[in-house]
Amino acid sequence: MTSTTLANPSAARVAQRGNVWGRRFLIAAAWLIFTLFLLLPLYVVVNEALKQGLGTFFTSILEPDALSALKLTLIAVGISVPLNVVFGVAAAWCVSKYDFKGKSLLVTLIDLPFSVSPVIAGLIYVLMFGAQGWFGPWLQDHDIQIVFAVPGIVLATIFVTVPFVARELIPLMQEQGTQEEEAARLLGANGWQMFWHVTLPNIKWGLIYGVVLCTARAMGEFGAVSVVSGHIRGMTNTLPLHVEILYNEYNHVAAFSVASLLLALAIFILLLKQWSESRINRLKASAAEE
Amino acid sequence: MSRRISPVIPGFGLTLGYTLFYLSLLVLIPLAAMFIKTTQLSWDEFIAIISAPRVLAALKLSFVTALIAALINGVIGTLLAWVLVRYKFPGRKIIEAMIDLPFALPTAVAGIALTALYTPTGLIGQFADSLGFKVAYTPLGISLALTFVTLPFVVRTLQPVLADIPREVEEAATCLGAKPLQVIRYVLLPALLPAWLTGFSLAFARGIGEYGSVIFIAGNMPMKTEILPLLIMVKLDQYDYAGATAIGVLMLVVSFILLLFINLLQRRISTTS
Amino acid sequence: MSFRRFALATLTAALTSASIIGSAAAATELLNVSYDPTRELYVEYNAAFNRYWQAQGHESVTVKQSHGGSGKQARSVIDGLRADVVTLALAGDIDELYRVGKLIPEDWQKRLPDASTPYTSTIVFLVRKGNPKGIKDWDDLVKPGVEVITPNPKTSGGARWNFLAAWAYAQQKYGSEEQAKEFVGKLYKQVPVLDTGARGSTITFVNNKIGDVLLAWENEAFLALKEEGGDNLQIIAPSLSILAEPPVAVVDKNVERKGTREVAEAYLKYLYSEEGQRIAAKNFYRPRNQTVAAEFAKQFPALKLTTIDGDFGGWKTAQPKFFSDGGIFDQIYQAH
Repeated sequence: MTSTTLANPSAARVAQRGNVWGRRFLIAAAWLIFTLFLLLPLYVVVNEALKQGLGTFFTSILEPDALSALKLTLIAVGISVPLNVVFGVAAAWCVSKYDFKGKSLLVTLIDLPFSVSPVIAGLIYVLMFGAQGWFGPWLQDHDIQIVFAVPGIVLATIFVTVPFVARELIPLMQEQGTQEEEAARLLGANGWQMFWHVTLPNIKWGLIYGVVLCTARAMGEFGAVSVVSGHIRGMTNTLPLHVEILYNEYNHVAAFSVASLLLALAIFILLLKQWSESRINRLKASAAEE
Repeated sequence: MSRRISPVIPGFGLTLGYTLFYLSLLVLIPLAAMFIKTTQLSWDEFIAIISAPRVLAALKLSFVTALIAALINGVIGTLLAWVLVRYKFPGRKIIEAMIDLPFALPTAVAGIALTALYTPTGLIGQFADSLGFKVAYTPLGISLALTFVTLPFVVRTLQPVLADIPREVEEAATCLGAKPLQVIRYVLLPALLPAWLTGFSLAFARGIGEYGSVIFIAGNMPMKTEILPLLIMVKLDQYDYAGATAIGVLMLVVSFILLLFINLLQRRISTTS
Repeated sequence: MSFRRFALATLTAALTSASIIGSAAAATELLNVSYDPTRELYVEYNAAFNRYWQAQGHESVTVKQSHGGSGKQARSVIDGLRADVVTLALAGDIDELYRVGKLIPEDWQKRLPDASTPYTSTIVFLVRKGNPKGIKDWDDLVKPGVEVITPNPKTSGGARWNFLAAWAYAQQKYGSEEQAKEFVGKLYKQVPVLDTGARGSTITFVNNKIGDVLLAWENEAFLALKEEGGDNLQIIAPSLSILAEPPVAVVDKNVERKGTREVAEAYLKYLYSEEGQRIAAKNFYRPRNQTVAAEFAKQFPALKLTTIDGDFGGWKTAQPKFFSDGGIFDQIYQAH
């Protein structure tokens, strides 16, 4: 291929020159799209939040209901993410290290929550655990509350975030194959030692990447959580639901203040993601050099 | 593709078992509950519910707005992916990092921000208003909200594929006398199409189901700007559980078919590469 | 290896957060599940009730609130939201608690005075300052170019009152039901946004500045004036409106489980006390108590009002006729 390029250098240069303008145009278009579609909404959030100054901003996000919403959001994230990490590793393990019948169906099922409408994700838990649902009477008799309480919110959050870790790990682990693990086994490592010392270090950046995406979605889920929440102030409101409530209470500035808190968290998560991604790329590059 | 049944590696039973257990408990059984709930309806009743004019209008709206959003993303997403992979320019890293923002930003926040932006008093809404058309509370507004929420899909699926096509291939084609359009038609398009379709379908599937960002900007008018997920909520709030689940089942079947389609595409990508 | 520490930290985080759930507060707590515009009313009333309750020699009581469209809130309670009391927009929604959920007895409305409705309201028009479109009565709403904001009657209680008020006017003016249907159909053609709850509509009208007139609860309209200042908005009273009766009820099944019957009943009863009535009036609800009503007489314009029981045969007839699937509201929309 290189020889073809060298055989006709002037044509390449002409093509290059023609490309300069096209290139400038495309870059400008990318910036325009980026500004219009992504930066402008962010600007609106921050601008509305700071309309009445920093003081109002801080009182809005430090007020007890906002803090309890933050706590509930952290609880939902704290439970759903570790569970989905364990699931994601197990699912990626059996999908990527073995061949079996029905594998593509399994992968489709793992992906399913990704494209199920969040409203349905909430609805199914109401159908299962609501007072009129399958287990409703039994749960009532035993005084266990799932929907309209924290467990329901956690369940809905888990549902919408099921695929994230598995989705990141499956292609990564498929690419890595099984040789290193086999070698470890031959050298006498048991299953857990092999996993802990060989597999985990190999997939850790991919895993962190998956965790980051999973956390972002768990933190921001609205539709599914809204169906099972019951909207009790200070009890079953997550941060996104709290934003909605404030928005509905003539409390524009507070709503956008809490929204910008979520925005800041989102940007923090993106930075984490960028960092883990650059580590993955570096690992890949060094692997390629070897 | 070096996958084989490896007797040396342990944990098949454990991991597959756990995967199936977890999926069944959290995803499959609850989804089955919805299907079973609809069996309370006879087939005719089910058809009557999903073919009611209001449901059909919502179905059409959800499909058309999601399709428009996916198409817009198909164009601007391709452009962004191309620029990010092929060019080095000031601010590239910022755009690269921020592309995923719609995934990381809670949809409710996106919803109120976009509404504030597009209502006749908002920054863009003012401008649109002076040109004599409305954005918020119209299907156009819904499409724009969906475009925002699904923006990363096409970009993120195209990027790795684009990065894998060596630039020399295009240069070679150009040197051999191919015109730019021919390069696109014969070199880039075949290589990119499966990935593009994957990103497109993911965006489309997500768009049909999206709720949080849309309800603020939609207008929620029956027959006009009422999306399918909202109609489920409305049915539910009228104690019409069977009706809500019937629409739910309809949506679920649609998304399952889309996903199968995506997975088939991805298998084609991996066999061709 | 640092990664293992990371994994360990995540696990610890998960366990700590799990333990937080276990440690919920134990003091007396009531859950009041209400409809959209009562947020401000109950914030004030809850504090007053707590003072009263402690003065009676009880320990302090925290009342948690949940707000949303009235129909949706009733549905949540039926599905297991453990409300001690419901304070909803209309009796029809509380009836569902009996019909679908069997959570309360059928004659719940007889348990408190005035058909369990401690305060009433009505439907008025909220227009932009100076009334640029010259809106004075229902007929002006169907004039070309007038945009009307009202929520969705399927999910919002206030919207059902709006609908019935318009219906009552048209029927009285034009005579037949067919003509009333045509009038209301025309009216809903002028609606550009149909929010799910009354508050959503207010936000659309007041903050997002959509539409020329908002059909609103009287209390919601007054509140909007108060929050936004009287500079931008004004209230117009139509020639005929409807007496909106938002009732309250103790949810028997839930208070029995939680052992909160005594405080829940006291909570609703105190709404009828002079202090309770005064708080309601201060939040722009029309009080039942004559003394308090006289005090606030200047605040509320005298209006000709029709009633749900007098003119529509009660919610048990009106709900299926107008708002159920295939009812008049659906027919109007599908005719478009």
